[in-house]
Amino acid sequence: MSKEIVIRTNKLTKRFDDFVAVDEITFDVHKGEIFGFLGANGAGKTTAMRMLCGLSIPTSGEAMVAGYDVFKQPDEIKQNIGYMSQKFSLYEDLSVKENIEFYGGIYGLSNKQIKEKSGELIERLGLHNEADKLVSSLPLGWKQKLSFSVAIVHQPKIVFLDEPTGGVDPAMRRQFWDLIYDAADKGITIFVTTHYLDEAEYCNRVSIMVDGKIEALDSPEGLRKTFSASNMDEVFYKLARKAKRSAD
Amino acid sequence: MKQLLSFIRKEFIHVWRDPKTLVMLFGFPIVQIVLFGFALTNEIKYANIVVVDNAKDVASQQIINKIEGSKFFSVQKTLMTPSAIDAAFKEGKIKLAVVFPVNFNTDLLHLNKASIQVIADASDPNTATQLSSYITTIVADYQAQLSPTMSAPYSIVPEVRMLYNPDLKGAPNFVPGVMAMVLLLVCVMMTSVSIVREKELGTMEILLVSPVKPLMVIIAKAIPYLVLSIVNLGVILVLSVYALDVPIKGSVLLLVFESTLLILTALALGLFISTITSSQQSAMFASMLGMMLPTMLLSGYLFPIENMPVVLQVISNIVPARWYYVIVKAVMLKGLGFASIWKETLILAGMAVFFTGLSLRNFKIRLE
Repeated sequence: MSKEIVIRTNKLTKRFDDFVAVDEITFDVHKGEIFGFLGANGAGKTTAMRMLCGLSIPTSGEAMVAGYDVFKQPDEIKQNIGYMSQKFSLYEDLSVKENIEFYGGIYGLSNKQIKEKSGELIERLGLHNEADKLVSSLPLGWKQKLSFSVAIVHQPKIVFLDEPTGGVDPAMRRQFWDLIYDAADKGITIFVTTHYLDEAEYCNRVSIMVDGKIEALDSPEGLRKTFSASNMDEVFYKLARKAKRSAD
Repeated sequence: MKQLLSFIRKEFIHVWRDPKTLVMLFGFPIVQIVLFGFALTNEIKYANIVVVDNAKDVASQQIINKIEGSKFFSVQKTLMTPSAIDAAFKEGKIKLAVVFPVNFNTDLLHLNKASIQVIADASDPNTATQLSSYITTIVADYQAQLSPTMSAPYSIVPEVRMLYNPDLKGAPNFVPGVMAMVLLLVCVMMTSVSIVREKELGTMEILLVSPVKPLMVIIAKAIPYLVLSIVNLGVILVLSVYALDVPIKGSVLLLVFESTLLILTALALGLFISTITSSQQSAMFASMLGMMLPTMLLSGYLFPIENMPVVLQVISNIVPARWYYVIVKAVMLKGLGFASIWKETLILAGMAVFFTGLSLRNFKIRLE
């Protein structure tokens, strides 16, 4: 793995009045890496991610995403990232193809590129028969795979996934992770939040947030060793016990 | 540009794929026009009245002939006792009764004074007033005819001309009102709901993370409804000209221009509502309550503004439909040009600018 850095934060902080949602987090993410972002509900991971995506302006600190400053160059960042939220993010009343065309269109792809991309994507997901059907008719697992593929249709440098596999069965989740590995192999950096701890094992590196701070950051093996735990569940449990903040 | 086109295309697909929206968009104006044009009219035609002619002489007969000749009444001639008349009113069989006394003609000729009793069902005061005034007019007419020279040496006869709508038809009054209501309601509700839906579904976040600018979201959302509203306007105008016989006396172009101004105001209002609500239901509720009621009650279309309490008159000034209603009546019914409606146009344009500015500002704040 190359050591090129695509996300770098330095004491990044977000304050809502008296409440410090994200408290001076500092970390680097490398190109092509699958970076897991773990934390209990309310630990601040969604807020941190929203700052990196340009949805929320940080209170203080520094952050570079895809080589651009989150304070000064949010537009350049937007052009270079993809995003998939925990809420399902395709239009149900549009067909599979129309969704791809729409997202390709708003990222400024040419008609030719869109045609190529949607062909590729439909091929990869095996959706030949469903290409012209409305998304609402697809099962949830497929919708999520499609949603991910659409989020990277413009070949971003980084894709942010906010709890992407909520509510699907383990087999589907495995297939979803195959897509993530594919994308990482193509050099797309994956920044993923999850609360499925088995998924944390799939990541190259994992950071664990507790009460707005990053309490641990290492590879899954490294974390298990440090916390002398047999799996990520234990690691997480040992850390999360320190939390004072209740879930919001 | 490519971005915008993809976006607009998507918005059109949303509209076409949603039968409910389409029904509302095109069904609503048609139902309104038909309802207001034909069913809910304030004209009175062939009201059931009873004429009790106790005199049966030349004078009474001539008056009755005149009454029968009018299309306002459907006359039933019987001899009824006062209690029978009372019963007929109670059962709602008749709206009015005219009773001639026994010596009607004799009194008229010899005493120079005769009376006719007119009894009306005033549980519906408007109808009662209207019907009794028709009768009074007919009687006065007869009197004038009977003694052109014999009447008082000085007499003032008001010649009333009902301008622009000589037959006092209901439709010319309702069409401008329906236009205002439909355009406002459709635009405000559709825009606010379509933006709030993106918030509710979570797709708004995706849009905000994409390179799409907020202004582009707004334009892309507004354009389909702008186009559909203009189509809708066409449907209403065609219906009113061909189905309701309400002609467009002034310039169609001016009418379309003024309507576009109202549509823009409505789109801005819809956008504003979308920035202050977070569910489709509350957006719809806000549009209905915020638009439908003021438009119906305070635009002067159902109730004349001059008759309202001062407070309501003042409030009515901020209702866009109020100004639009004046404009449409001027252009459509009176055939006036821009020179006579520039003030109202200016107010409407001011409102469009104000609401657009307000909602743009609010929309940006909400992105944070």
